[in-house]
Order: sequence, then structure tokens, then C-alpha cells
Amino acid sequence: MGIPFSYSFRNLWTRRLTTVLTASGMALVVFVFAATLMLVEGLRKTLVETGSIDNVVVLRKSANSEVQSGVERQQASIIETQPEVAIGQEGQRLLAKELVVLISLPKRESDNLANVVIRGIGDNSLLLRPQVRLVEGRMPRKGSSEIIAGQSIAKRFKGGGLGETIHFGMRDWTVVGIFNAGTTGYSSEVWGDVDQLMQAFRRPVYSSVLFRLHDSSDFEKFRTRVESDPRLTVEAKRETKYYTDQSEVMARFLRILGTTLTIIFSLGAVIGAMITMYAAVANRVTEIGTLRALGFQKKSILGAFIMESLFLGLLGGIVGLFFASFMQLITISTMNWATFSELAFSFTLTGEIVSKSLFFSLIMGFVGGVLPAFRAARMNIVEALRTS
Amino acid sequence: MLALKFLIRNAFRHKLRTVLTITGVAIAILAFGMLRTLVGLWYLGVENSSATRLVTRNAISLVFSLPISYKDRIRQIPGVKGVAFGNWFGGIYIDEKHFFANYAVDPKNYLELYPEILLSSDQKKAFFHDRKGCIVGKKLADRYGWKIGDLITLKGTIYPGQWEFVLRGIYRGAEKSTEERVLLFHWDYLNETLKKTVPRRADQVGFFMIGVTHPNLSAEVAVAVDKLFKNSLAETLTETERAFHLSFVSMTEAILVAIQIVSYVVIVIIMVVAANTMAMTARERIAEYATMKTFGFGPGHIGGLVFGESVVISMIGGVLGIILTFPASRWVETELSQFFPAFSISPATIYFDLLAALVVGVVAGIFPTWRGATIRIADGLRRIG
Amino acid sequence: MEGRPIVEIENLSKSYRRGNQIVPVLENISFAIDEREFLALMGPSGSGKSTLLNLIAGIDRADSGVITVGGVDITALSETELARWRSTNVGFIFQFYNLIPVLTAFENVELPLLLTGLSGRERREHVEIALSVVNLLDRMDHYPGQLSGGQQQRVAIARAVVTDPTILVADEPTGDLDRVSAAEVLSLMDRLNIESGKTIIMVTHDPRAAEKAHRVRQLEKGVLSNVSP
Repeated sequence: MGIPFSYSFRNLWTRRLTTVLTASGMALVVFVFAATLMLVEGLRKTLVETGSIDNVVVLRKSANSEVQSGVERQQASIIETQPEVAIGQEGQRLLAKELVVLISLPKRESDNLANVVIRGIGDNSLLLRPQVRLVEGRMPRKGSSEIIAGQSIAKRFKGGGLGETIHFGMRDWTVVGIFNAGTTGYSSEVWGDVDQLMQAFRRPVYSSVLFRLHDSSDFEKFRTRVESDPRLTVEAKRETKYYTDQSEVMARFLRILGTTLTIIFSLGAVIGAMITMYAAVANRVTEIGTLRALGFQKKSILGAFIMESLFLGLLGGIVGLFFASFMQLITISTMNWATFSELAFSFTLTGEIVSKSLFFSLIMGFVGGVLPAFRAARMNIVEALRTS
Repeated sequence: MLALKFLIRNAFRHKLRTVLTITGVAIAILAFGMLRTLVGLWYLGVENSSATRLVTRNAISLVFSLPISYKDRIRQIPGVKGVAFGNWFGGIYIDEKHFFANYAVDPKNYLELYPEILLSSDQKKAFFHDRKGCIVGKKLADRYGWKIGDLITLKGTIYPGQWEFVLRGIYRGAEKSTEERVLLFHWDYLNETLKKTVPRRADQVGFFMIGVTHPNLSAEVAVAVDKLFKNSLAETLTETERAFHLSFVSMTEAILVAIQIVSYVVIVIIMVVAANTMAMTARERIAEYATMKTFGFGPGHIGGLVFGESVVISMIGGVLGIILTFPASRWVETELSQFFPAFSISPATIYFDLLAALVVGVVAGIFPTWRGATIRIADGLRRIG
Repeated sequence: MEGRPIVEIENLSKSYRRGNQIVPVLENISFAIDEREFLALMGPSGSGKSTLLNLIAGIDRADSGVITVGGVDITALSETELARWRSTNVGFIFQFYNLIPVLTAFENVELPLLLTGLSGRERREHVEIALSVVNLLDRMDHYPGQLSGGQQQRVAIARAVVTDPTILVADEPTGDLDRVSAAEVLSLMDRLNIESGKTIIMVTHDPRAAEKAHRVRQLEKGVLSNVSP
């Protein structure tokens, strides 16, 4: 049996100030590490959940987003007649032709403008999006200047609340309903009748066509046919892939930024741990000599000191995670670089992030403590005892 | 100077610990400087913009265009020196990773409004004469090794198809900060093509650039332009170029704020580490300090020793961090060129770096300094070893 | 009443490097220590008496020669084997007690037993016996910081005997104690020797300590001589 855990643990307790300082450094690092992972996860969740795998989005070829895309009426009709389109309960084709534009809206508290997505929807649009539910008010009447807003818009933008009005396209539009779209990007959108909106914006073309596949495995068949059809200049993607691609750039940026920061921070924390552990070893030279004289093997000494720095790391990790979990209360709103539109998402904590963070903190503790521990283990017994 | 030598010797008494602390401070200052530069990049567009240029765009959003017919009416407004127009083309060169800005503009008026774009008169003439011609900034040309006469192909996203241009000119920026990674080509080329393929999209511009005769007139002219087109099919929003760029920045404000916060957190972390080091050092030397007090050294002297050591260590780390910033930013410019094609450190950042290092040294030293200065001789002597 | 030799030393040599010089400390000494002996090793500073003690205890390595303790040639053991050997064969008593400050008296005494295969209950029994021998059973939950110098040394002695080692080595055991505590500690060691038959090898400056021993040898310039039988 080796040196008991209580030895390592109590030594940390005895030099409390140093332990607190070192663990705090590590806690901060774990905080940043976890927060970054949570941010990327939150972004991914919002954008990826915004989409069903059975739905297909059809855009103009090489348009990166609905905003850049234009699908002519005839082309939309051709797509509507494709056999892969599912049939709904009332015999209707589960397909919607939609218009997507951006308008600048002022935020509630700051008056800063942000680009908000306005989506002209068809009869089936809500059906095709099961993640979206109307929670207040009602759907807009056909032919009217009525719109519904996502919860994020209602909360954060002037004129977005129930009963309020937004002015664009030379008309006043009244918000008659609020919809809940979970954590998906639809929360940051305003929806209205597509024909009304096309008129108001003087856009004679749709932006995209969205439909449900009758059989999910038919996608490739559909895509090949439609992309080689000479009458059409479109490309098709599964709705999930469409949204994932949009988050690509931002996610990559966040991930690179986060990784770089974490590496830098962890170097700082590891250095802190090393300083602490070297000092710990230096202070206990006689003790180490005594333990070796009593017959404890070098590896027991090694183990005891590594255990001590692992404890330090773990302590830092737990504290850091604790504070990071509060970040879940914060919502970030920013512009999606791929679509130029407003996107709101929050920090999301998952079990995987928790275990990654704790593992990371243990690694930091280990790296910080391993060299000092080796120094302790390799001490010459006689010299160590001579130091009193 | 003798004091400084003494401080440095003292600091390196415990070589390993001091080296580790210096490394930590260096890394922290490096990170701090890089993050500040990152934030600065965001505002680069704002820095480069002028107060005598106005941007007019569709009031609904950038996604909507304005009729070209507006140009003449804007020209008539008193205070307007010149009007140019353009469309954001958004073409892709090779693939998304090689992103750079490209615009379709009316060359003569646009270049007049942008005196900071320096182009030799030969190249200017060649550009004006070739409808399919384009000009690029020097940095962009250097990056891809383009020479005059080269064919550059962009894949259109907003305007689909493969678009070919002939490089007629390579411009330099008048200031060091002028954007040199832009491609400009003839709006007429875009428009003629649209008239043949998608006529309803022709004769539309994305924005008008307006030069005013005097900066004081900017606000007046902006209001006049918007008033002119109020209640028309395409209402306008006119603001100074600076305000325009600022509004973009504010859209990604959240991330910026986060990065700024993080840069300060870095400093806090290293402060904690440095404080730990100084606390340990001071604790080990309590007996020495007590002994020195017996010779007659006062709390001020002792305090100065501890404080001085702390500051010396962190300043050495700070300078080291600053030195490392240069190769680091070079690395960012090459490896992360998709996001940061230009990543240079400004003098202001270096001053801030030094300041940060100083703050670290000061804060880390406070508690140990107080401890060392106030130790009572008898207490200190008792703590031998 | 001593018995057969328990420590046999043959042609032992040891030198130290000081800067660029090599300083010989022990040169070819040979002698034996009998079972149940209480030996005091004295000599001027630098004479190598502590070195000799360290070699016998297996915490240092000789340059040449053979040391046999309890029939085992410890000079032939590897580092790992030597550590294992020490845990059951040697009991240490140091000048500055060398107790682990974060462990209680009980835990300090228990420490060497952790290297054996004994169960928790068995260890507890041994510790309590050891502590009662040194008369500190009532302080077993105290930390070293809460004990006086003399008490700490007695705990250290309890730790030294808890594994029932072959030999007890003591390096200046009374060096840091006042007269009364020193006397207590020495009489304790005496009892251990006489009543429990422990072989004790003690290095000391203190003439009073030497008095308590049953045999005194002087080490001077690497040569061992008898002072009193």
C-alpha cells in the first residue's frame, strides 16, 4: 500500500492560501474552456435543430443562403410536381414556397439596428416545421397586413410584441401572434403571408422551396434529377445540412478562438500549478527523506505528489464548471456571418462538456505536478534528511 | 542601478520559480496583446472610413437595391460634390476560404471619391477602357501572385455564373491602414449581363457613395437625400461611412464584448499566479527581512525590496511577451488568413501590454510587500527555515 | 546480554565528493554489532559516524565492502528491495523527530505498517501497543504541532518500533531536547533494549546519552576504537 490520500489532501488544506490561489487560476481556465464549448454547442444546437432531416430546401444554384437566392415561379411549380414530395392528410402537397428577406429593425433598449429575417410563408409552412408552435394570438389572415413574430424578436425588438406594429414596404404590419421555436433560429424571425410580402417588397420571385420527402431515402434521387434539369437552375439540400452549413463559418471561428484561448490560459494555469508544487516539494524535503527512509518506494512518493496536484486540478475544475453553468442564463445575439441575419443563441451545457472540462482540469493538474513529483521521488535520502 | 541589480539577483535566487513566473507573464501579455488586436480589427472598417463620405442604401435593409435613376436626383442636392454607386458582388475566388471583398462600381466617380486608392494613370486609363477590366489592391495581388493582364474568375453567389475579369490595375493604399484586399470592376459589365439574362434585376444599385463639399454638411445632406425619396418605392437611409461601419460592428457586439472580457480574464489569471509566487517568496524570506530590520532597515526599505522584485519579474515577462507578439501575429496572418489576412500590432497595444505587465507586478506584490514591511523582528526571527 | 552478531561490516569504504575533491570518510573498516547491544557511536564532526549509521540503515550506499544485517547482505540489494527491507528491518529515530505534520500521532506511528500486508484492525492493534509503550496512547489523535519536543520524539520512537524491526538506529536522538525530556527518551530507549531486547545503534555528541548506552565506540579519522565495553 502506498502513501494514503489523506496525506496529499491534508497538505493542500494546510497551505490554504496557496491552494486557493492555484486552484482559482485553474478554475478560471476551466471556466473559459467550458464556456467556449458551451457557446459552440449552443450555436450548433440552434442552427442544427433548425431543420428536419426529412425536409428538403431548394435554392438557386450557388446561393449560400435563402437571402441570396431567387427561385422563379415556374421553377417552383416544376418542383412542386416532383414525385418525392409527400402528401398531407388532406391530400395537399406538403410543400411551401417561401420568400426570405432581411429588414433592419431597431432593438428595444439600445436603438441599434440589426438585420432580421422576414419570411413569407405558405399554408404548409407551419406543418413542415414541427419545432414551431404558435403560443399567443393567431395566424395572419390571408390578404391582410398581419404578421407573427418569434419569441426572440418579440422580446428584443421594437414593434415585435403582440399587438405592436412594424413598418416596412410602405405599410404598417400588425403582429397578431407570437410563436415559440425552441432554441432554433426561427425564434429570431418574423413570418407573414408570402404573397403579401412579395407585393410589398416588389419581389416577383421566391427565395426558396421547402418540402417534406415522402420517403426520406428519396433525397438523392430528387437531387440528381432536379440539379440536372435544364429548365431549373437550382440546388437541393436536406434542411438539416442547409442549416449546419450556415453555422460552419461562425462555428469554426469560435472553435479556433476558443481553442487558442484555452491553450494560452492552460499554459498559465499549468505554470501556476508547477510553481505551487515545486514549492510544496521544497518545503517538505525532510518529510520526503523520512518517508523514503521508512521504506516507502520512490513511486509512492511520486504518486502522492501527483495525487496532490490532481486534487488541485479537480478542485479548480469543479469551481470553474460551477461558474460556467451560470452562463446558461445568458443569451447571445449576434449577426450570423453566413446569412447576415440576426441570430440569438445561448450557452448550452451538456454532459459531454462537463466530463471534457473535468478531464481537462485533471490534465492540467497532472502536467503541472508531474515534474515536481519526479523531483521529489528522485531525491537522495541522505541529502534530504540533512536538510532540517 | 545598484538597487536594480540587487532586485534582479534576488529574483533569480530561485531560478526555476522565477523563470516559470516570467514565462507565465509573457504568455499572458502575449494573449492580451493579440486579443486587443483582434478587437481592433473589428473596428478597422470604422477607422478607414471618412467623415466626408456618405453611404445611401435601401431603408429596408442591405438586401434591397435602389434604382440607378436616383443618381441624378442625388447629384442635384446642394452640398453634394460627387456621387458614385456600386453593388456588393459577393463573388467567390476558388472557394469560400479565399474570401475577399469584391464590388461592381462606376469606376470614374468611385475612384474620385476614394483618393486613398492610388493607381497610376496608365493603369487607371486601361481600367476605364476595358469593360471587363478590374483593379485589385496590392496585398491581394501579392497574395495570389497576380500580374497585369491576368484573368481572374469569380463564382457569383448573388449573381450566379462564372464571371471573368482582366486585371488592369494594382492599387496601393495611401495610408498604411487603407484596405488593399478589394477587387473592383465595372458596374456596366454586371448590368449589361443582367439585362440579357435576368432583366428585372438590371439597373439596380446596392448603394450610393456621396461626397460632400464640406464635412459640416454631412448631416444636412444625409437628411436631404432621405427626404427626397421618402414615400417612394425604395426609401433610402443615408449615413456617414463611419456610422455605416459602426452599425455593422454593433451587430456582432456580443462577441466583441466577450473577447474583451476574456482578455482581461487572462491578466487576472496571471496576476493570481504571480501573486502566488511572490507570496511564497516572501514567506521564505521572512527571517531575512527580520534580520535586515535588526540592522536598521525600515519597513519602507523592505517593502521596496519585495515590491521591486515583483515588478521586475513581471516587467521582464511583459517585455518578453511583447517580443513574442511579432512572430505570433505573423503566424496568424499566414495560417488563419481566411479570417485574419492582416494582423498587425499597433503601438497603442504595446503600451497597453506594458501597462498590463506593470499592473500584474503591482497587484501581485501588494500583499507580500505589506507582510514583509510590517513583520515584527521577533516574529520574523523565530521563523527560521 | 548480547548475542551473536546481528550487524557485520567488512572492508567498508565510503567517500564524498566536495566540489572537485573526493574526500574519503570511511576507509576499509570492519566490525560487528551483537544482537541486543545498545551501542553509542561518538566522534568529532565529520568523522563519518552519521555516514556509518546511514549505511547500516540502508539509506546510503557504500563505495565498497559488505554489510550484513540480520543475515541479509544489504549491499547486494536493489533500490526497490532495499526500501522493502528497510520497512520491516530498520526503525529510525531522528534528531528533529521528522514526524509528518499533517498526520496525527496515531497516523504517524501507523505509517510504516502501511507497507506491510496487515489489515486495518491489525494495524490499529500494533499502533496502540507501540503508543502505550511510549506512554502516549492518550495523545494519539493529536497533531505533532500540538505536542512538546519530548512527546514528539516519543511518538517517533513508537513509530520506530511498531514494525518490530531488526535494528533501531538513532541519529542524535536527544540533540533537540531539554535535559528532562532527554532523560525520559534515553530511559525509554534503555527499556526497549533491556526489556524488549532491541538492538540499538545510536550516534551522539551528548556524553549523557553515551552514558546510557551499554557500549561506546569512537570513530576518528575513519578508525573505530573501543571506549568502554
